[in-house]
Amino acid sequence: MKITHEEVKHIAKLAKLSLSEEEVEKYAKDLGGIAEFVEKLNEVDVTGVNPTAHAVDKYNVFRADELKDSYNREAILKNAPSKEAGCISVPKVVE
Amino acid sequence: MREDYEVIIGLEVHAELATKTKIYCSCSTEFGSDPNTHCCPICTGMPGVLPVLNEKVVEYAVKMGLATNCKIARFSKQDRKNYFYPDLPKAYQTSQYDLPLCYEGHVDFKVNGEPKTVGITRIHIEEDAGKLIHDPYTGDTLVDLNRCGVPLIEIVSEPDIRSKDEAIEYMQTLKSILEYLEICDCKMQEGSLRCDVNLSVRKKGETKFGTRTETKNLNSFKAIGRAIEFEIDRQIKELENGGTIYQETRRWDDDKGIGYAMRTKEDAHDYRYFPEPDLAPIVLSDDYVNGIEAALPEMPNVRRERYITELGLPEYDATQITNSKKMAEFFDKAVAKCGNAKLVSNWLMSDVSRKLNESEMEIDNIKFTAEDLGDLITLIDKGTISSAIAKKVFEDMFETGDAPAKIVESKGLVQITDESAIRDLVISVINENEQSVQDFINGKDKAVGFIVGQTMKASKGKANPGIVNKLIMEELNKRKNG
Repeated sequence: MKITHEEVKHIAKLAKLSLSEEEVEKYAKDLGGIAEFVEKLNEVDVTGVNPTAHAVDKYNVFRADELKDSYNREAILKNAPSKEAGCISVPKVVE
Repeated sequence: MREDYEVIIGLEVHAELATKTKIYCSCSTEFGSDPNTHCCPICTGMPGVLPVLNEKVVEYAVKMGLATNCKIARFSKQDRKNYFYPDLPKAYQTSQYDLPLCYEGHVDFKVNGEPKTVGITRIHIEEDAGKLIHDPYTGDTLVDLNRCGVPLIEIVSEPDIRSKDEAIEYMQTLKSILEYLEICDCKMQEGSLRCDVNLSVRKKGETKFGTRTETKNLNSFKAIGRAIEFEIDRQIKELENGGTIYQETRRWDDDKGIGYAMRTKEDAHDYRYFPEPDLAPIVLSDDYVNGIEAALPEMPNVRRERYITELGLPEYDATQITNSKKMAEFFDKAVAKCGNAKLVSNWLMSDVSRKLNESEMEIDNIKFTAEDLGDLITLIDKGTISSAIAKKVFEDMFETGDAPAKIVESKGLVQITDESAIRDLVISVINENEQSVQDFINGKDKAVGFIVGQTMKASKGKANPGIVNKLIMEELNKRKNG
């Protein structure tokens, strides 16, 4: 299956990645190969088989609405490269 | 709005569910805590964690579905909605795509006395995102993840709404139902109940819908009304000037009173939904659904009808009182105490509502109890105090929370019903106002009102007005015929 350069650029944009023209070329080829591989599934006859979203036959995995301790804030913010006033600090978000 | 246009509106209402813990982890949902103190690896989207669905979320969503005449899915699943934004650490929101928990419902309500039905397309469960705070010192954006993973239901309406008033009444109806079910605290100013307005206009007679815009995150009835008026006006002007309406997401600035388009995101709706592999499907039995249905409390519209038919309240009063569950409960308790539903209703609709509005309070913050209001009304009914004095007692109750009997006693406000005492007052007032007496004798009935006023004043408002009136007429007629 062919993946066009436009499709690669669209996916890159959604993933917030900037790609060089060479990379676009390379990913078009790689992604095309992956899509082709997955396409093999289309060869299987699935007449009479119900579609499913999960491979494991399990449902209704619930927990009770019971409060447990949260992590302390230092631990939560430990991996943040920049923090301020108990928050993660990120470049200004414009709406 | 111009007569030759009509407006088509659909609402997406988000309600935060009043569970103790988040949707997929055991962190608290409490509002207003220090930033990032209700967080764990699950709600902050750390790799390798396993979310587990809170059973109350399913129960609450099914309750709302049943209360809005929805069908309940016996098989339902959760999906990932992918987008990048700093308030969403996983880079996807867990929501429901093609198999929501509830679908095809409707709510009925009245708008300016006319019956209206709005279809409910679906109700699904999902998680809320974090909060972004602008840092004025550095110009950066600060991220507080406490709200991440707070459970929401999204209630999507059909495009059945045709005016601002209908939109507001629809929202009011949902709010009442959520309150009666006790599944959402409905504090709109805290964002626990908010809505997005999808709106388009078209020339009357046109059968195709116009292009719609979506104004996001309106969190007061006033903002909903104003944002709708603004957007109707904007779209009509645009079309009349030969312009085009673009399908776009808009924001409403309630302080400035204007709506504006958000930076256009060409790929905004490419969410690449796919089934959430970490969460098992939800399968509900008939027994489960029937059990919830059997335990549903009385709904606001049923209570309203009961107040009209059993207690004889006017429809408007019954609607206003039953819109808020807390108000209705307050009403019930006061009526149980004094037995006078009409008078309790009058007090709630007038003095109580006025004081609550003036002080921007909710009925559950009021200092006195519903029983105290009942006692106040009993004091009026028994003739212990007059209605005029009762208003003064009420002001005192509102300020201090003291029981009405205590206020009446300590301030000496008991009504004077002793005829001989009142007759003495009346005679002295008549003697001091010879001119009014002559006016009365000459046929000017207005003079009576003046004498009544003077007598009430002389009694410091405590004389029984009925007896005052009766005795004044007796005394004046004596003079006239004497």
